[in-house]
Amino acid sequence: MSAPFGTAFDLIVSGDPALYEIIGLSLRVTLSAVAIAALLGLPLGAALALARFPGRGAVIVLFNALMGLPPVVAGLLIYLLLSRSGPLGDLALLFTPAAMIVAQTVLILPIVVSLTRSVTEDLWAEYEEQLKSLGATRLRAVPTLLWDGRVSLLTGVLAGFGRASAEVGAVLIVGGNIAGYTRTMTTAITLETSRGNLGLAVALGLILMALTLTLNALAWSLGQWQRERIG
Amino acid sequence: MHATRRALFGLASSLALLVALPASAQEFITVASTTSTANSGLFDHILPMFQEETGIEVRVVAQGTGQALETGRRGDADVVFVHARAQEEQFVEEGYGVERFDVMYNDFVIVGPGEDPAGVRETDTAADAMAAIAEAQASFASRGDDSGTHAAEKSLWASAGVEPAGRWYLSTGSGMGATLNTAAQVPAYALTDRGTWLSFANRGPLEIVSQGDQVLFNPYGVILVSPERHPHVKAQAGQAFIDWLVSNAGQAAIASYHVGGEQLFFPSAQ
Repeated sequence: MSAPFGTAFDLIVSGDPALYEIIGLSLRVTLSAVAIAALLGLPLGAALALARFPGRGAVIVLFNALMGLPPVVAGLLIYLLLSRSGPLGDLALLFTPAAMIVAQTVLILPIVVSLTRSVTEDLWAEYEEQLKSLGATRLRAVPTLLWDGRVSLLTGVLAGFGRASAEVGAVLIVGGNIAGYTRTMTTAITLETSRGNLGLAVALGLILMALTLTLNALAWSLGQWQRERIG
Repeated sequence: MHATRRALFGLASSLALLVALPASAQEFITVASTTSTANSGLFDHILPMFQEETGIEVRVVAQGTGQALETGRRGDADVVFVHARAQEEQFVEEGYGVERFDVMYNDFVIVGPGEDPAGVRETDTAADAMAAIAEAQASFASRGDDSGTHAAEKSLWASAGVEPAGRWYLSTGSGMGATLNTAAQVPAYALTDRGTWLSFANRGPLEIVSQGDQVLFNPYGVILVSPERHPHVKAQAGQAFIDWLVSNAGQAAIASYHVGGEQLFFPSAQ
């Protein structure tokens, strides 16, 4: 069982350019998806917390349910959308990193929206009087509330990162696992498993988990630092 | 607080910049091929030679034969490179493909646990081997995914006069490698192409128990997706790839691919 650790270590120190290319692409795709999902999801989630409109409950339930959307289903729908025979075929995005970013964004947007809504609702309940007395409308309160909840919201964004970096079903379908172009950590693990190279597959998995751990440690430190400042 | 906010904005916008992906200036084609071909490592061996000669990058999407042909039908690939002749001919007849070219062949082998509980080694033909497995109700792991290998397996059962069903018949519904991983664990018999078998690392107790029968012949064909049906198909570059595969240079490249001292694919262009 210790062999994969040795393989992982050898892989990292060997400086194999193919490995670094795969790690680079994985990070590029997932961080892009997280950035887009955060830019869209944070304001959307906060707006959903504060706005009152008919059907609001249904929209909230829908976003909550979409957190459980199976990656392979999301991948299939985006495949059909981006296929040359599909409605967006002229964009020629299928089997590109851009298609993988779209797929992961769709997967993590519901997580960011739902967690943001929940955090913002609590904050609004706490500060409603105060903000209203300062003359803030519900819409004007959105940036203030997002800023106040930044430490909690970071957890939501990290949950999104976790789902995106771990999934394989969607990126395999829309990316195609093309060597040197759309092969990510998770699709490479799938490929090596199917080749019977179980040791190499586990080694790649260990590297992926080390990356995730590092990113989470950084985010946690950032959160601690902010908490201390708020005091 | 303002400094922090500015820093966060900077972080967010630099993340957003990652989205702007560098466009590759190089000419490329997309080839839909089968998992067995890709898993064998053949493409890693021959594609650099083709790219050196023509400057064309080949992006291979490895799928089951059924899915690869569907990718071609939808116009999501320029060339399909698969091994299920009847389905390939239908693909061309329906107007999705221009013309089918023979490229190479390898063969299927029946693998199973070394102690051979069904006595497959005593049989002479592949059909008899399948009949012996069914007779003994020994576990058999099937692809069950409408791939070229699955199609070959079904025709073997038919010629053995067996309707495979029961607890001994395991339909994995997955690729060749995943099916072999299952077979090694059970352990079970399985039909596999020789290429995947030779480069497969997790064999466990499995060994080749039957090989060499003519019906195990596994021919590969290559087809350009019809530019009439899908005008965006890169017909010129795609045809250049096909022409190279069937040329002396391409055929020699295929023949020169060895794993563990064994040749995996045999050129068969006319």
